[in-house]
Amino acid sequence: MIEVKNLEKSFGSQRVLTGVDLRIEKGESVVIIGASGGGKSVLLKHIIGLSSPDSGEVLIDGQNIAHLNERKLIEVRRKFGMLFQSAALFDSMTVEENVGFVLRREGKLSSSEVSNKVTEALDMVELSGTHHKKPAELSGGMRKRVGLARALVYQPEILVYDEPTTGLDPIVSDSIDLLIIRVVESLKITSIVVTHDMRTTRRVAKRILMLHNGKIHVSGTPDEIFSSQDPLVYKFVNGISDPKNVMQL
Amino acid sequence: MLDLTRTIAQQWLQGLGRVAILASETFASIFRHKIEWRNFIYQIYFIGVKSQSVVLITGAFTGMVLCAQTYFQFHKVKMDTATLAVVSVSMGSELGPVLTALMVAGRVGAAMAAELGTMKVTEQIDALRTLAAHPVDYLVVPRILATLVSLPLLTAESIVIGIVAAYVVGVFLLGIDPAYAWHNMLAYTDAPHMMSGLIKAVFFGLFLSLISCYKGINCGQGAEGVGRATTEAVVFSSIAILISNFFLTMFLSRMLQSG
Ligand SMILES: Nc1ncnc2c1ncn2[C@@H]1O[C@H](COP(=O)(O)OP(=O)(O)OP(=O)(O)O)[C@@H](O)[C@H]1O
Ligand SMILES: [Mg+2]
Repeated sequence: MIEVKNLEKSFGSQRVLTGVDLRIEKGESVVIIGASGGGKSVLLKHIIGLSSPDSGEVLIDGQNIAHLNERKLIEVRRKFGMLFQSAALFDSMTVEENVGFVLRREGKLSSSEVSNKVTEALDMVELSGTHHKKPAELSGGMRKRVGLARALVYQPEILVYDEPTTGLDPIVSDSIDLLIIRVVESLKITSIVVTHDMRTTRRVAKRILMLHNGKIHVSGTPDEIFSSQDPLVYKFVNGISDPKNVMQL
Repeated sequence: MLDLTRTIAQQWLQGLGRVAILASETFASIFRHKIEWRNFIYQIYFIGVKSQSVVLITGAFTGMVLCAQTYFQFHKVKMDTATLAVVSVSMGSELGPVLTALMVAGRVGAAMAAELGTMKVTEQIDALRTLAAHPVDYLVVPRILATLVSLPLLTAESIVIGIVAAYVVGVFLLGIDPAYAWHNMLAYTDAPHMMSGLIKAVFFGLFLSLISCYKGINCGQGAEGVGRATTEAVVFSSIAILISNFFLTMFLSRMLQSG
């Protein structure tokens, strides 16, 4: 279970998170939406302990990780898999080395078992046959899928996806959506998805959280959110911009 | 004005403090955690093997010019045969270690800062941390250990090459009597000179790799951040080498003479 309490974070004078409270149960599938630049990626980085907050708590299975040292955090992070918005593949390694990174370093499996798992994970994201390519030789969408395979392969308890389908064609997007759903349903992995894609949101979410002005503005089931009369939510899910802002362009 | 000096001094001290923290984390990691041998071997290859041409050229031409200049002065007072002794002592205890370290700082230090900086900027270091690898274990320790091993060897190599090149220039170009020159060189060069050169190389290696790794993993944002990290890595490493050299010379000459 993940609990965030009154989380605050500023960069210089810019207040990005101003008191986030949320709670995600084990096995739940949550989608976080919110304006671009609103702090969604920053929030995810706090949840897996890559950044430490100015104040507030992040509880993972009851353990406050907000100010743990890096060594302790590394043990906690073993529970997490993360797909970075930028994929963040290791560019000095091949696709296969990227995906097999954790399993190889843990050294619990033989090298043929590792390569089987890697092949399996790459098949899942429809990238069979790219084993020996370097990240620089892949398209943006392919890189993202390698990042997804790298997070899936060691079967973490919690998977965090930062914009899994941005930059993918509709058909691949569809298969990634299905993959996320399958991961939650069959493997009982908790999933946290940040996305701007309303189709993905509708299909993947059991619950939707909207981040606005550094706080969780609303939380609800997809039905509640998509039929919400709250002007902010309504405009966001239907993609309606403020005419005043358009005039200024 | 006073405020400005104070903030600059503060930033310097903070920087030094952080480098010291990185150093202590590095030592803790070396003794308590598994060393990444694969990365270590690759760094040895990158630092040791790939620096050959730079080190050979530095060593050879420094030895040659030192020999020529010394000869021009000594010739006036008919001390031609002492030329090689001067070359070997100054190559061994000062020029060899310092120039090799400076060249390696330019080549390897810059590469370390740029590589780690790029990894930081493109979130690869965050990815590493997510995948349960501590950046100090995985990135910093192999680089520092590899530099500690490689730099003394490169230094020894450049000293030897420098002396050989000086011998060739002195004997074949300037016409110094080879037997006397060789004899004098051996007579006036003591083990402590060479020892101090190699001990210095270990310290220089520590300073340059530590500073370059620090600059890399604390790199600012974007391409600009990487550029600045690289420049600062080279500049600060070079300054650290030049300043520490003076203190090391004073300290080591006492230690090695009395010991
Ligand atoms: N390391 C950092 N240093 C300074 N500012 C940062 C840093 N990381 C994020 N920010 C700022 O925090 C704000 C939120 O960034 P974040 O990446 O979380 O947005 P986001 O909600 O993920 O947006 P998007 O949907 O476009 O990915 C941005 O205004 C950004 O400028
Ligand atoms: Mg983002």
